[in-house]
Amino acid sequence: MDSGDEPLVKMVNIHKWFGRVYALRGVDFHVNHGEVVGLVGDNGAGKSTLIKILSGVYPPDMGEIFFEGRRVSFKSPKDAIRLGIETLYQDIALVPQMNIPRNFFLGREIEKQLGPIKLLDLKKMGWESLKCLEAIGLKIANPKVSVENLSGGQRQGVALARAMYFKRKLLILDEPTNNLSVKETMKVLEYVRRLKEEGIASIFVTHNIHHVYAIADRIVILSHGKKVGDYLKDEISVDEIIQIIVSS
Amino acid sequence: MKVPRGLSGILGVKEATIAIITIATILFFYSLQPAFLSDINVGTLLSITPELGIPALGITVLMIAGEFDLSIGSVFGFVPLFAAELMRIGTPVEFAIALALLTSILIGLIHGIITVKSGIPSFITTLGGMLIWRGAALLITGGQPRYFRVPEHVAGLTSGPILPPFVNAQLLWFISIMIILWVMLERTKFGNHIYATGGNKEVARYMGVNTDYIKISCFILSSFLAGLGGIIQSTRLGTALPNQGDGLEFDAIAAAVIGGTSLRGGYGTVIGTVIGEFLGRIIENGLIIIRAPSYYFRLYIGAVLIIAVILNLYMARRIRERERPWIQEMSR
Repeated sequence: MDSGDEPLVKMVNIHKWFGRVYALRGVDFHVNHGEVVGLVGDNGAGKSTLIKILSGVYPPDMGEIFFEGRRVSFKSPKDAIRLGIETLYQDIALVPQMNIPRNFFLGREIEKQLGPIKLLDLKKMGWESLKCLEAIGLKIANPKVSVENLSGGQRQGVALARAMYFKRKLLILDEPTNNLSVKETMKVLEYVRRLKEEGIASIFVTHNIHHVYAIADRIVILSHGKKVGDYLKDEISVDEIIQIIVSS
Repeated sequence: MKVPRGLSGILGVKEATIAIITIATILFFYSLQPAFLSDINVGTLLSITPELGIPALGITVLMIAGEFDLSIGSVFGFVPLFAAELMRIGTPVEFAIALALLTSILIGLIHGIITVKSGIPSFITTLGGMLIWRGAALLITGGQPRYFRVPEHVAGLTSGPILPPFVNAQLLWFISIMIILWVMLERTKFGNHIYATGGNKEVARYMGVNTDYIKISCFILSSFLAGLGGIIQSTRLGTALPNQGDGLEFDAIAAAVIGGTSLRGGYGTVIGTVIGEFLGRIIENGLIIIRAPSYYFRLYIGAVLIIAVILNLYMARRIRERERPWIQEMSR
């Protein structure tokens, strides 16, 4: 990266109102290149509002967003995706009835020219997606099974592998370990670690501090629409994080 | 019940289920009345099934995209009547048919835009369409049938014999359209987007699929194939009837669902619809051949519909159970 010390993304003095609800009260937030940031806080702290602003779902009422040093404004999630910011929502990442390669390449299909028409290159799509799943540590023998037959953790794996394949720069993971078994949670954390090795930064939004503590480089704590803590992991323990959330 | 491996390899499991039911039905009627498989009767089945099956193919694609079209029976009646009216006022035959088919495209476009832009369920939009286009057909004819006399070279193209008594032009249309739609659904980007739109519109949209465009295109296809089916029937009969295609929408939806297409969108197969449509016509025709009162038809087709859907669900569950253990194992 030639951007030097400039963080990958920087949000400055973000405010957001929903009618009378003052959801974000001047939050500063940044993510460095290749960094895993844990965004924690109680329900209603403003975590999801903050990431929805960063993923282009809502505009902020006040404040600025910089991406790789350039000021940006998002009119829709498409603008954010174009810059390489992708949000993985558990329920809207994959089409359940479709198989893995068809989901993997949805909207970005690989085609081959056959005379006057363009057909899907299913072989290449299958092969490429399988290779990418293996790279992230998810082994599936037959990618032709429909996604609804995969477990929650495997679906997360497919969505994360896709983000890696398409060279996203920043992933926003919204409660990625919700409703997962302990074993599956470990797998998902492992996938995020692999993404980090690939140089992809992520924001890990969760209310389970233990999950995020295992992989985060830095922890940001929100409470009542304000940032109440921003620590490198080495500076703080899980108990101290909980203490901050509870006391604020 | 074991899923037959060989057959499921070629057809896919859902089509295999319905194929077995169809073969059993054929054997049932044949055992009661051998004339069921006579050249003449088979020829009849092969000539009447396509004109009703072509609209069923269109609605299958639309159902995969997650929408319904209850107006196809009315469009099936309106389009040939409109062509007949154009011919009556002196429009050249080819031009009249082309213009009428263009009208069917326009009808689909209107249904699609209203559904997508207003957010009204397509069930309602096309229920309105069903009444409007049937009403229009009755209005322009005063309820009277119209001659639909077209020159040999036009009739040959839509419903003429090719290899009598079995192969006729409409059968070739039916099979060709099935193949084209199969390739479109299974092997093109557009088809992938149709499945995604019907499977989960939010995901599709988030991944950059223009779901409105996909849905409107499928409404157009459904309406166009309904119009084409109507034209084929009218050239075969030499007349355009105002009540032509009455109830066709339910037969078509039944054929699609019997063939394995999901009512909730995101899943379906045109091959299944072709088999489902043949099954419907076989039951209808078989009941006549064995001299059962024709009133039985709807009763039987209703029962078959329910049985086929239960079987499909059962098979799908079996497959999932069979796949699940090794998926879990692979992910360890």
